[in-house]
Parts: sequence; structure tokens; C-alpha cells
Amino acid sequence: MADKTSANAYWAANVRIILISLVVWFACSFGLGILLRPALEGIHIGGADLGFWFAQNGSIYVFLVLIFVYTKVMGKVDREHGVDE
Amino acid sequence: MDQFTLNLIVVGITFAIYIGIALWARAGSTAEFYAAGQGVHPVLNGMATGADWMSAASFISMAGIIALAPAGGYEQSAYLMGWTGGYVLLALLLAPYLRKFGKFTVPEFIGDRFYSGGARLIGVICLIVISITYVIGQMRGVGVTFSRFLEVSTDMGLYIGAALVFVYAVLGGMKGITYTQVAQYVVLIIAYTVPAIFISLSLTGSFLPQLGLIGSYAPSGGEISMLAKLDSVVTELGFKAYTSETANMLNMFLFTMSLMIGTAGLPHVIIRFFTVPKVADARSSAGWSLVFIALLYTVAPAVGSMARLNLTTTFWPGAVTGSALSAPALSLADIESKPELSWVETWRHTGLLAFEDKNGDGLIQYFNEPKAVTDAGKAVTEATAALTAAAEADKPAAQATLDQANAALDAALAEAKLGDKTLAELGLRGNELTKVDNDIMVLANPEIAALPGWVVALVAAGALAAALSTAAGLLLAISSAISHDLIKGSINPNLSEKAELLWARIAMTGAIIVATWLGLNPPGFAAQVVALAFGLAAATIFPVLMMGIFSKRINKEGAIAGMLVGLIFTACYIFVYKGWFFIPGTNNLPDTAANYVLGISPLSIGAVGAVVNFVVAYVVSMVTKAPPAHVIDLIESIRVPKGAGAAQSH
Repeated sequence: MADKTSANAYWAANVRIILISLVVWFACSFGLGILLRPALEGIHIGGADLGFWFAQNGSIYVFLVLIFVYTKVMGKVDREHGVDE
Repeated sequence: MDQFTLNLIVVGITFAIYIGIALWARAGSTAEFYAAGQGVHPVLNGMATGADWMSAASFISMAGIIALAPAGGYEQSAYLMGWTGGYVLLALLLAPYLRKFGKFTVPEFIGDRFYSGGARLIGVICLIVISITYVIGQMRGVGVTFSRFLEVSTDMGLYIGAALVFVYAVLGGMKGITYTQVAQYVVLIIAYTVPAIFISLSLTGSFLPQLGLIGSYAPSGGEISMLAKLDSVVTELGFKAYTSETANMLNMFLFTMSLMIGTAGLPHVIIRFFTVPKVADARSSAGWSLVFIALLYTVAPAVGSMARLNLTTTFWPGAVTGSALSAPALSLADIESKPELSWVETWRHTGLLAFEDKNGDGLIQYFNEPKAVTDAGKAVTEATAALTAAAEADKPAAQATLDQANAALDAALAEAKLGDKTLAELGLRGNELTKVDNDIMVLANPEIAALPGWVVALVAAGALAAALSTAAGLLLAISSAISHDLIKGSINPNLSEKAELLWARIAMTGAIIVATWLGLNPPGFAAQVVALAFGLAAATIFPVLMMGIFSKRINKEGAIAGMLVGLIFTACYIFVYKGWFFIPGTNNLPDTAANYVLGISPLSIGAVGAVVNFVVAYVVSMVTKAPPAHVIDLIESIRVPKGAGAAQSH
């Protein structure tokens, strides 16, 4: 029974981290890259406006950082809950 | 040494490496054949996945699609975000759990999780349709690249490519393919970035193309940014600005989403994550894959924008320092005499580039002509042909028609404006650069930038590496679906491992023959079926996998209903505009933006199909019986990393 509770806690923690990560994933690509581009026209990154840069380059960098942070955080959570290999 | 010999040497060396690796990494067991024995380091697996994922479309076409998009390069960012963002979904939502599940194929998971041979069969069918669709494009890419760079016929190029894939995929299986793909990745990334670095240095002074994209334009003293320069040059010529807002934000949103969840649902991509030793490695492997993919994808927008700028300033030399129309356009005499412009003639021979001196001034004026001018110009061409073909008695009538067409064209030219002058005042008869194919932008890039011959040869080797590595990955996905899911799973469960390995090799040989035949006789709709492949992956495989992992309540009935409704909904929406089963003329509505529901193009419908799948699966599951206890145990076990052994074949 203790096993089951611990597994549920582990899964709840995992789902929470996934949801936070998905918010970041959505915000940088669909948010800054598409939906908010007209509103943020005035802000520039070098020769490109913010939305254009996020759509063509920026969101890819965020995706990369996001996956590695998720991997690291989950590695920690795995160990805390004693479910690592 | 001439260019042809150089191409032969560079391509020959890379092929020798691939075959050498295949012989060294021969697969001895089904585990090695399907999943490389789960002993591949995440970094190497990431490189192999990168090569597997980046196909002829990524390498040859993507930058050109962005560069030449009529609505501006920004709108095509959907490809850049879509084909990379899918890896976030893979890492977060699918890869670790499918690795823990510990079997070989995607249909096998669907069959076990939804305790149904029927669900598994639908999975197999979707997988085969998606993979075959994809592989046709790769075989075609191999044929075209060979014929351009090695001067053999397209068909001969295809046979050479097929033979090569046969050697290393059939012998090596996943193990051979994985290590070969690592080598192919190295070749393709060098081939893509080297020309980009040279061009970025010359246009912006930045060594990194990623910085060049947002850098300043060096030839005019660096006072204006490269993108602003590009915008001003193309708008002066009547094109939409490169950085224009999208006219249809909803469609761009859905297209990006479809490509993302389609990527995460492509079986030959998912299968890669069965190859790593541990669950934690499946997460980091998705990250490493994206590192290697991002190396190309962050360079692609720089390649696209700079190639567009280079192309425009080549045809309007005045645009380098001032406005395009401030100096005469490129002359025919220059194209013939200047060695740095020899690529114009070379590519004209391939038919991918075409020009015509319509006003007879010896110059090639490239601009965006209004549709009225295009239509009037077409009428003149037709009337001229009719006059030549007419019998003596009909000549006066034909002449009258031609005069009328010419008058109409004159009227259109007096009406249309470029800047503050009309086309008639500028002495123009229409756009004279009549064709620039998207694919030229990457393949001709080194020649446009006058780079050394070995770089040109390298690009040929890179394009072949991209097409061959993807073809091999797809063929493996097809062969495992047939031998493992269809023959062992449904027809003869008592198949020995040795017999299954033989069947896998037979299935792969068969798949290569079918793919080669389809490559030789490509269905006219090859480009359109890609929409179907992504739509299917997004609307069937991704939702069913995700629900299988994240919900304990979705049952057999829900999953089957969801997949079928998602499949039918998506396919029908595409067929309504593209023709039923892609048969020309059977479409119910014209394939133009004005006819789309809410402006959603058939390319973007996969995201809607996925939502439909989720809703149907949920509702049907709620009104039918919950899954049995052993399935609940399975779900609980895949959610926890601990205890992931080597993959099991049973």
C-alpha cells in the first residue's frame, strides 16, 4: 500500500513538472512566435523583431533548454522517490 | 580536377564509409535488428535520430520554401517550430514511457495497452501508410540528387541508392542503420553549415549564420540590418515583405501544432527511443536529438533569407548598395560571359530555373508581376502560337486575336505599378525570371556564393546522406511492423527468433522494391500525400499513445473509436480539397484559401483531427467498461522508470 502511495506521489510530481514545461513550450512558440508577435513589434533582437526571432530561432533554443532541464529535474525526482534505475 | 570527378570522389568516400560500418555492425538477433540491442549511447542515438529525422525535405527543400514563400518567410516559421517542438512532446509525453514498456514497435504498445488485436491492426495500417508515403519522397530525392551531381539518369540514381540501402539496412538492421546514420549526420551537417558560414561572413560579417540572421548588412556599410535590407529590396520589386505578418494566424497556429504532434507521432521517430539503455536516457536522448537537429534548423532561416537576398541582388546589381531599380538589371551578356554567374546556365539546364527576355532589352528583370499582367501575358503567348499554327486562310482572324491580346497586355502594363512608375513607363513586359524552384536555394547555394568545388561536392554528399538515412529508418519501421506485428503478432505467434529475423529481412527487401518502384513511377500526388502522412500521425498515433500513458480510464472501445474517427475526419477534410484518394478532379471544393473552413488548410487539419480523436475516445470510454486490472498494472508499471530491463520480444 505504501508502495502505491509513493508511486502516486511520484506520478503527481511528474505531471506537475510536465504541465509547467508545456506552458513554457507553448509560450515561446505559439505565444511569442505567433499570437503575441503583432503586440510586441516594437521590441527588437538585433535586426529582427522579437516575434520573428522567436518563430525562426528563439523557440528552438528554448525547446533545447527545456528538454535538458526536464531531464535533470526528473532525474532528481526519480531519486527522491526511489524509482531510478 | 573537374567538378564531376570531385563529386564522384567525395560521394564515393562517404558510401564506402557507410558500407564499412554496416559490415562491422551486422545484426545477429531480433533485438539487434529492431532496437540495436538497446546499447546505444544517448549522444550517438541523438545523432542517428537527427539523421533519421532530417530528410531530403529538411536538407534540400525547407530553406527554399522559407526563402521564396509568396506570403513572406515569416509564415513558413511553422516548419521551423513544428519540426523541432515535436521533440519536446516526445521527451515529456511519450519517449520515457514507451522505453519502459520495453517492446519493439508502436503497434505492439497500442495492442497491449488497449488489449485488442484490432487496435494493433489499425496501428499497423496507419504506420505503413505514413511510412510508405514518406519513403517515396526520399527515393525521389536520391534519384534527383544523383542525376544532378553524378550525371546519371534519375532512374539509375534510384537503383544505386536502393542497392546501397539494401546492403546496410537488410544486413545491419537497426544496429547497422544507427551507426551508419551517425556517419551520415556528420556528412550532412558539415555540408549544410559550411556554405552557410561562408555566405553569412560575406553578407553580414558574422561567422555564425544564427547571428548573421539578425546582423547588419555588410555590403552597404552595415547601417541597415540584413532583414530590413531584404524587406526593402523585395518590396521595391512588388513582393510581400519577408518579415510580413501572417494573414491567417489561426491557420499558422494549427499548421505549427499539426507538425509538432505529427512529428511526435511518426513511428520511425518514436522507434528510436526503444534503442537506449535506460528510461532516463530516453529523455536525454530526445534532448540530444534536438541538439543535432537544431544545428541545421537554426541555420536554415539564415540560409533562406540570405539566399533570397543573394538571388535578388544577383539579378538587380544596383540593390547591393542602393535601390534595386537604381541600376539596370542583370544582362544576358553577363550571364554568358562571367564565370561567377555560370550557375545560372547550369541550373537552367536542369529546368529548375528559367528566364525569358520578354521585352527584348537584353536584360533579365525579376519582379512580382500582378495577376492581371500574368493572365494577359499568357493570352499573348497562346495567340502567338495560334497564329503560327493557323492555316493561311485563318491568319487574318488569328492576327486579330493576337492584336487584341497585345492591346489587353498593354492596358494591364499601363495599369500595374512598380514603385511610383507603371510597368509600361519602365518598359517592362512582365517578370522575366519565370521560374525559380525552391530546391535550388540549398543545392545552388555554394555556386551562387562562388565557393570552391569541394563544397559543391560536399553538398551533393550531404543531400544523399539526408535522403538515404531517412529512407533506411522508414524501411526498418515498415519491416518491423510487418514481421513483428503482422506475421508474429497476428498470423504465427510461435515464430522462432531466427525465422522472425528472416521475415524481417524479407519484409525489408520487399519494402525496398515497392519504394523503388514507387520512386520510379511516382504518383502525381507525392507532394500532397505528405499532408496525409502528418495528418494521420497527428490525428491517430499521437493521441492514442498519449491517452494510453496518461489515462487509466481510456479503454479498448474508446481508443479504436478515437483512432477511426480521427483518421476518417482528417482524411476526408484533405480529400475534399485534394481529391478523393488523390484522384485528380474528384475534389468537391477548389484547393484555395477562400474555400477552407475558417481558412484552415488541409495541411493544418491534423491538429483538429487530434482534438476530435481525444474527445471521441473520452466520450466512448466513459460510456463503456473500464479497462481490466492487468492493463491498469501495465499503465502503473510504465509510469515508473525503475525496472526497465532489456526489451522483450514477448
